[in-house]
Amino acid sequence: MYIIETFNLTKEFNGLKAVNNVSLQIEEGEIFGLLGPNGAGKTTFISMLCTLLRPTSGTAKVNGFDIIKQQSEVRKSIGIVFQDPSLDNRLTGRENLEMHAGLYGVPKAERKKRIEEVLDLVALSDRADELVKNYSGGMKRRLEIARGLIHYPKVLFLDEPTLGLDPQTREHIWEYIKKLAKRENITILLTTHYMEEADALCNRVAIMDHGEIKVLDTPENLKNSLEGDVIILEANRSETIAEKIKSLEEVKKVHIIDNKIFITVKNAEIFAPKILEFAKSNDVTVTSMSMRKPSLGDVFLHYTGREIREEKAEKVGMEKFRRRI
Amino acid sequence: MSELEAIYRILLRELIRYWRDKSRIISSFVQPVLFLLVLGGGFSFIKLGNINYQVFLFPGIVAMSLVGISISSGISVIWDREFGILKEILVAPVSRTSIFVGKALGGCFTALIQGTIVLSLALLLGVPLTPSSFLLSVILMIIISLGLVSIGLIIASLIETIESFGVIMNFLIFPLIFLSGAFYPLKEAPEWLRLISYANPLTYGVDALRYVIIGVSFLPFAISSTVISLFSISAIFIGGIAFNKQK
Repeated sequence: MYIIETFNLTKEFNGLKAVNNVSLQIEEGEIFGLLGPNGAGKTTFISMLCTLLRPTSGTAKVNGFDIIKQQSEVRKSIGIVFQDPSLDNRLTGRENLEMHAGLYGVPKAERKKRIEEVLDLVALSDRADELVKNYSGGMKRRLEIARGLIHYPKVLFLDEPTLGLDPQTREHIWEYIKKLAKRENITILLTTHYMEEADALCNRVAIMDHGEIKVLDTPENLKNSLEGDVIILEANRSETIAEKIKSLEEVKKVHIIDNKIFITVKNAEIFAPKILEFAKSNDVTVTSMSMRKPSLGDVFLHYTGREIREEKAEKVGMEKFRRRI
Repeated sequence: MSELEAIYRILLRELIRYWRDKSRIISSFVQPVLFLLVLGGGFSFIKLGNINYQVFLFPGIVAMSLVGISISSGISVIWDREFGILKEILVAPVSRTSIFVGKALGGCFTALIQGTIVLSLALLLGVPLTPSSFLLSVILMIIISLGLVSIGLIIASLIETIESFGVIMNFLIFPLIFLSGAFYPLKEAPEWLRLISYANPLTYGVDALRYVIIGVSFLPFAISSTVISLFSISAIFIGGIAFNKQK
């Protein structure tokens, strides 16, 4: 049995398909990532699984329960960290957790213990009795993650868990998420538009764009599927040499971005020395050279034909961040 | 059982928030007291039969102390929605009706605290409160504030932006109080004013409270208490439906 299984799940808003015919299966204990730009349909997808939105057609099962017919059972099985903040700022951290435990029917005898447990997990024990109003953005996020865990959900949904957080805090959150998956053995479904995030955390990643799943695999396999490494070259007369490199047999693709030459080849380690020699014989001076394995960003580009619109996403992120403060 | 627990949690949240917001407690307490001391004191030369105007005004002030806090705690749902807390509550495995009941009881409770404090000023004014009149007043205050909180919850279900909050408060609360006969005897009021007041549910609440607290009233107590109860029951009913239907 899969912990999450969707069957042709579709959601339309005014005739626009925000989620289009998505069928996928998620195994118990996985950290599963939905990667895609803003507006790809990730939040809509999650909202349907959380029973907050009713699908236009198709359905899904979460922990074996149907999201349309067995909403209450689904809700008991899941924990959610929303994209937007959802804490009561005028309560303390602990009071927020107590309210959640009450709403989810956690037995009284267990409550105290579990609250201590989740506070410890996100390292907020010593700040638990302060008003949430005085928390930083990262602390609020951690508290929300802790809150999502109190009722021991089988599945935890994290909608853009690090949106609007600074890089250092982001890495901390990643640590908590990893620790969590290991310690609690729960399934995590997270959405993100940060490629590094999907890469660092997820066992499997589905790339989503315009409401559709373009491809689904482990980050490793996704990157390997491109069958190419990237060599980045800086040289004088870059236009000329780029043209010539294109004609080489092993070369798959050449782009020039900001005067840097991006060369896709099957095996960069072997090809790099050849490039240097080739440049020399053409009387071109190479000023710098680097190589990298393809990133999930390259994968995204490959399957959607576009960049992941990171810039726009960052902007939205900043707005959210402001709200978070 | 878990539904009861959820109701309790939501109610508790309202109480904690009320208790923490000291400036709101003070301001919503000061206003009625000012009316009672200044308006009541200034016009204390007026006698209505053998009753001093300040004493006549007193039950109206008790009702007034309930109005602002009840309606605003109902409308506070739009703040919960704005700050995302409503989503967190709505996704919990409890029925919307329980959430509504928790909210309504929370607002009712805070209003009742406030109303009871104002009611206790009776001692200062020399208005005799017997255990039975005190108890009846409390019951009436519960009925009035439950109805008003529900009105607030209905409004919150209908409007989406917090910008409208202030406008609604001003356009609702002041007419509601001014046209309720809290400040003047309806018997002496001009015909048009009396007609408008008949349409205001708070009129019946004020009148019933006045009967219980100082023993005079415009309408028979049986009528005023029945009308205000019917109003509250239907407001709760409609509020529950509206709350269940919102997004």
